[in-house]
Amino acid sequence: MAKTVSPGVLALRKVVDDVYADAREAKKQGKLVGWSSSKFPCELAEAFDLNVMYPENQAAGIAAQRDGEIMCKAAEDLGFDNDICGYARISLAYAAGKRAARKFDPETLEYIIDPKSGKPLKDENGKVVIDPETGKPKKDPKTMQPYTVLDDIHEIEALPETTEKEIAYKNFRREAIKPYKQMRIPQPDFVLCCNNICNCMTKWYENIARMCNIPLIMIDIPYNNTVEVADTNVAYVRAQFDNAIHQLEKLTGKKFDEKKFEDACKHANRTAQNWLKVCDYLQYKPAPMSGFDLFNHMADVVTARGKEAAADAFDLLAQDLEQNIKNGTSTLPFPEQYRVMFEGIPCWPKLPNLFKPLKANGVNVTAVVYAPAFGFVYNNIDEMARAYYKAPNSVCIEQGVDWREGICRDNKVDGVLVHYNRSCKPWSGYMAEMQRRFTRDLGVPCAGFDGDQADPRNFNEAQYETRVQGLVEAMEANKAKKEDEAK
Amino acid sequence: MSTEVLLKEFAEVAEHPHRVLTGYKNEGKKVIGVLPYFAPVELVLAAGMVPMGIWGSNKKTISMAKEYCATFYCTIAQLALEMLLDGTMDQLDGIITPTICDTLRPMSQNFRVAMEGKLPCIFLAHPQYRRPSFGLQFTVDQYMHVKAELEKISGTAITDDSLREAIKVMNRSRAARRNFVKLASEHCDVITAVKRSAVLRAAWFMEPAVFAEKLETLNAELAKLPAANWTGKKVVTSGIICDNPKLLQIFDDNHIAIAADDVAQESRSFRVDASEEGDPMMALAQQFADQDYDDLLYDEESNKNRRGEFVAKLVKDSGAQGLVLFMQQFCDPEEMEYPYLKKALDAAGVPHIKLGVDQQMRDFGQASTAIQAFADVL
Repeated sequence: MAKTVSPGVLALRKVVDDVYADAREAKKQGKLVGWSSSKFPCELAEAFDLNVMYPENQAAGIAAQRDGEIMCKAAEDLGFDNDICGYARISLAYAAGKRAARKFDPETLEYIIDPKSGKPLKDENGKVVIDPETGKPKKDPKTMQPYTVLDDIHEIEALPETTEKEIAYKNFRREAIKPYKQMRIPQPDFVLCCNNICNCMTKWYENIARMCNIPLIMIDIPYNNTVEVADTNVAYVRAQFDNAIHQLEKLTGKKFDEKKFEDACKHANRTAQNWLKVCDYLQYKPAPMSGFDLFNHMADVVTARGKEAAADAFDLLAQDLEQNIKNGTSTLPFPEQYRVMFEGIPCWPKLPNLFKPLKANGVNVTAVVYAPAFGFVYNNIDEMARAYYKAPNSVCIEQGVDWREGICRDNKVDGVLVHYNRSCKPWSGYMAEMQRRFTRDLGVPCAGFDGDQADPRNFNEAQYETRVQGLVEAMEANKAKKEDEAK
Repeated sequence: MSTEVLLKEFAEVAEHPHRVLTGYKNEGKKVIGVLPYFAPVELVLAAGMVPMGIWGSNKKTISMAKEYCATFYCTIAQLALEMLLDGTMDQLDGIITPTICDTLRPMSQNFRVAMEGKLPCIFLAHPQYRRPSFGLQFTVDQYMHVKAELEKISGTAITDDSLREAIKVMNRSRAARRNFVKLASEHCDVITAVKRSAVLRAAWFMEPAVFAEKLETLNAELAKLPAANWTGKKVVTSGIICDNPKLLQIFDDNHIAIAADDVAQESRSFRVDASEEGDPMMALAQQFADQDYDDLLYDEESNKNRRGEFVAKLVKDSGAQGLVLFMQQFCDPEEMEYPYLKKALDAAGVPHIKLGVDQQMRDFGQASTAIQAFADVL
């Protein structure tokens, strides 16, 4: 049975699709298209009507489409070490012109299908059809895909186009690039970098600027050791906003439009508030949605925070969730027995594998750190500087623990599943101490597993399943203990 | 004092920083541990205390630090934490924890948590916008915080005069090291790779004024010697750190001399002086602003390959035939800048090799083969 998708989810998907489509269209029309880090103040770019793409969102999408490995390897072939963040590697390979493409025969211009791809063919009763010759399930030809190969747009563009055959070949090769939106984003004309999440971002964007010989507009947010953001730190970021505005004026040849900026701020605040409202639905027990849904909806907060449509779509989703509460339904496809916080970025190439043991054990993710992390709410430009100072990896351990323990309490979690993400040193770097604090302060068990946000080679499914199993057993024991105590 | 005796003294310090620390404590001095990178040690000096660098260890193994840290972090940071946990640095009176890279950011928290109630940890965040007025102001603001914390530990106020005096001492130490690097290349028959490293490493552990004076003496002795009639090869070294005597012995065994370096623990740390005039705090901020061609730092002209070209030129100017890059495992900034360093080196016709290193390496067989093979093609 096809999954029913709620109006809110459809609206959220459309917002992101539109952001990508608008950027492609802008490029076609010869307008500037930029690439931006996810927590760069998008309000500034919105004030100049700039079309902006988000490499982190793009890389997550590429990884989820199973092309993370080929792109990571392409970056490694360019000299980037495989220890570097998987998002950065995917993005740098893309910036260098590398693309995941469908393999085809250059003579016949027909795709070469990978016999290993595709889903089993089912008969009219839904039964898997067995091939009598091999004794194995037959593949549904509609779901079979060509082999994936690496291509390079610069190589393609350098191809001759004098004869008809050459033209046909060149066009086919262009079209053979995988057709999903993240593999078709326009090359950047400028980059917007805010390193509040990590310093890797600084080097990543410098590399893009160098590869493409384009301007880099930088907002530097140094790491903060206290829960409060000192006025001197705010002043430093505030001055950079003015600097960035000046650079954007130079880039676009336009004056800074205060009205557009204020509108973008208004939308960004509304998006943040509605995002938080949606996240708060996970406080209901049982929850009206799967926490994994939030991972998908993050795309909107990243790519369209400053747009009215994003704020509206989250509002719509909140209405869907309200309806779920009334109907006693949930997007979670199994009964919720345990509730956990998922710590870290998900392993995008392995989402089904992440979900499988959780489903098998009735575990719903009811808390994710992204909830508070993207809830930038502010009233003026100084507060905006202060808000951008507080990204997940730019805050001290006390603030980080406080955020997490807050959502763990509010969303009533029974345990914490910690992703030690090979791609993210700043995030994983104090997780061990955080785990100790969660157990001490909340009395909940924690389990850690090794993975990666984009490179599937760094995820070990067997280890993950064992750790989830261990966590479930500990949660079970905790529950039994509590029930005994209640008697 | 003879060159040989001086070199032995430096080697002794480089090899046994713990003994040096104990010596300071026996003299009743307060000592501040200084983690990488760019911490203004002048402030420590001006507070009447001794700064000692913490650059991990070539002898320790990570064990207790595993309680705080996953495996995929640079061993310099992990071993620094190990030495804080295992008691090696119990005699310190405080540490300064800069946060310029993604490992040092969370590690600053681990240091503070692990040392709570035991050792003051002074947090330091440098700005990546170093040169505009708002960047300079931010550096001053951060340094003012470090100053206040150091004053609490020392019980002594840091005055403009004491800070200016400290700047003079550090400038002298830096100038002596820059001079030494040149002399070490000219007299590479005497200053082998192992000895060169010991002298530069000792700078992190000795009282700066004492070090500067001793190094000036050594430099004067070296200047008297006839230039080496070197028949071996010369290279430039690059990386975060390469101070393991066993690793450097491979250079000496293969008649490879170090003509110059682009190493964070060596030349990158003493390329830039602070002004001895004007407001001394601003002079320190300006000194940080003047740091350049460093992969740890943001380059406002990032669409150019300034650092890569700078290093390639350094190789050419130094008379070296190639470059040996010691790639510190899990060091993002170095790894991120490698493709463009390679590009600049290739464009300049400078051969290079990249050797993966970490401080827990004990077997250098592979490195030896690679260095030997590299020397053969130079």
